[in-house]
Amino acid sequence: MELTYERLSTDLLIIGGGTAGCYAAITFREHSDKRVLIMEKADIRRSGCLAAGVNALNAYITRGRTAEDYVKYAVNDAAGIARHDLLLTMAQGLNAAASRLESLGLTILKDSDGQYAERGPRNIKINGENIKPILANAVINDEGITVMNRVNAFAYITVEGEVIGAIAIDINRPVMYIIAAKAVICATGGAAGLYRPNHPGFSQHKMWYCPFNTGTGYAMGISAGAEMTTMEMRFIALRCKDTIAPTGTLAQGANARQVNAHGASYERQYGLTTSQRVHGTVEECRAGRGPCYLQTADEQVNIHTDNHRSSITDRDAQLYKAYLNMCPSQTLRWIETAPPSQLNVEIEGTEPYIVGGHTASGYWVDTSRETTLRRLFAAGDCAGGCPQKYVTGACVEGAIAAASALRYMDEPIPIIYNEQIVQHKDMLDQYLNKNTNRNNDEAINMLEEEMQSIMDEYAGGITQDYRYSDSSLRTASSLIHALTLRCESLSAHDMRGLISILELRERLTVCAAVIEHLRERRETRWHCFAEHTDYPDISDEYSCYINTRYHDGQWRIIRRELITEAGHYEHCD
Amino acid sequence: MSIVIDREACIGCGRCVSICPGNLIQMVESTAFIVEPRDCWGCASCVKECPVQAIALYLARDIGGKGGRMTARRSGSKTIWTASLPDGRTTTVDVDSTVSNSY
Repeated sequence: MELTYERLSTDLLIIGGGTAGCYAAITFREHSDKRVLIMEKADIRRSGCLAAGVNALNAYITRGRTAEDYVKYAVNDAAGIARHDLLLTMAQGLNAAASRLESLGLTILKDSDGQYAERGPRNIKINGENIKPILANAVINDEGITVMNRVNAFAYITVEGEVIGAIAIDINRPVMYIIAAKAVICATGGAAGLYRPNHPGFSQHKMWYCPFNTGTGYAMGISAGAEMTTMEMRFIALRCKDTIAPTGTLAQGANARQVNAHGASYERQYGLTTSQRVHGTVEECRAGRGPCYLQTADEQVNIHTDNHRSSITDRDAQLYKAYLNMCPSQTLRWIETAPPSQLNVEIEGTEPYIVGGHTASGYWVDTSRETTLRRLFAAGDCAGGCPQKYVTGACVEGAIAAASALRYMDEPIPIIYNEQIVQHKDMLDQYLNKNTNRNNDEAINMLEEEMQSIMDEYAGGITQDYRYSDSSLRTASSLIHALTLRCESLSAHDMRGLISILELRERLTVCAAVIEHLRERRETRWHCFAEHTDYPDISDEYSCYINTRYHDGQWRIIRRELITEAGHYEHCD
Repeated sequence: MSIVIDREACIGCGRCVSICPGNLIQMVESTAFIVEPRDCWGCASCVKECPVQAIALYLARDIGGKGGRMTARRSGSKTIWTASLPDGRTTTVDVDSTVSNSY
């Protein structure tokens, strides 16, 4: 198959039309009449993390609290490894983002006094089923924003450390796009599918994070030599077993406690940070006191013998609705078995993900959200240093990146020469021109499973209770490297096959980065998220950011001092 | 985790093809077809988009599914979900997008 080439140009290119990308586009247009192009792998109406909806806005400054309180909470949850400057600039914009979402059509519950109804210290109650179509409609209704759905970006074009555009392929047609832009915002999301999932069989994609977020933005940055931070701070979600549905609505909204198989509450014993909650559940199971549950039932029924379906409580009915608005499979589970009032909900940890919206992995950015590659900004899950973003935080980062990108708008659109794209064209051609009449689906699936097994067994996956050691990481590193070389022999017959190969390569690049970062942080600062059995304790020596830069096949480790209350970081070289 | 498409009921409008966040649905002989059921996230975007309830969400056996199927119908601001169990019983839940979650 031969690719044809289409050249495009725009003022601002946004890669990824999820929450951060859509919000960036909307706010950019409030400040500028310049053109925006969003490149989206699926369709912005339901793409990214919010496809099924969301149960609450979990980043909000509630009454009596301040942005500084939010920063303190997030820094504490990350045991110090988070950027104060990024968190503060995010926290200061959270409530404006919530109001904006409401003005676009999001339903937010209000108290009798007209204030947003709080669900917890940092959360407000919404109906978030349609949050993504609401954002998408605001984008689609703006004539200055062009959306290209089903287009997959895979590389930046750089000149002397500056990003001048990107390269993408069409999912349905044999077309490679070469896009020149004055500035680029990367908003691709984080990385799922690196580790063997909870259900490696048919339901392999029944996971917490969007399985279609394959780490594209991270891999593009790493390959272009961007500095990345904190890739070792993996995120593991505590979820309802099997359906991998959210637990927050039950724990926080319906006040269900975490209990072990003997009915004993255990969470305070291990601590209440995000990683400690996962750790407690893992430890209870390791000690033989599992499985663990959210205690939703006062008196449990035997679903095999009791006639339990006769009635559901009002709370059950409300929970059915709440889960239909974000994870309908959990409602179906209750309907098929028994409602939460009659049966406790079993919980389990997911496989690890790399996701800068919850932990702090991603591009190393300054307060304007510009990366170490000039003209390239990052927002949302692919931007590092700023955990606990959730939906509103991703919006704020998109808005900051968009406002910052204005500084390049008076410059001419960069010129991209053919010689700057030849290596990318050659890379695609090596997969396409192998005289094959079919895709390597089976081989790609096998390589992906092999990658997930390596990460699971040697880099701290579910089956290892998230633990790893120096020697296991060494093994992981060499096996992932060997697997990467084996990808070269793959071939593609059509665009779908080509994208599958690119996604596998992206995941392998992110795996390699995660392993390098895990090897460098010789301590255990966050249980489960980075559980190093050779160094089971926290160490002052690692009160720093672990950053890396990939160049000529080598990882350069950069340790950076913590940016605390008094400081802020701006690029100076 | 996956969806099942009733190809007899499908009218070939293609809405599910464009909405799927994984690009997993294609038109084959004018009806929708899920290319790789293993890759489905279970987000139910297609279930809600289908104008004739030809797409149902189900829980696969490997995650403890019992054979139930759930479809959705839009009516104004409401989404009416219907779960049908293998023994013939059905459960209907209405969700109004203008009403917030209680929890």
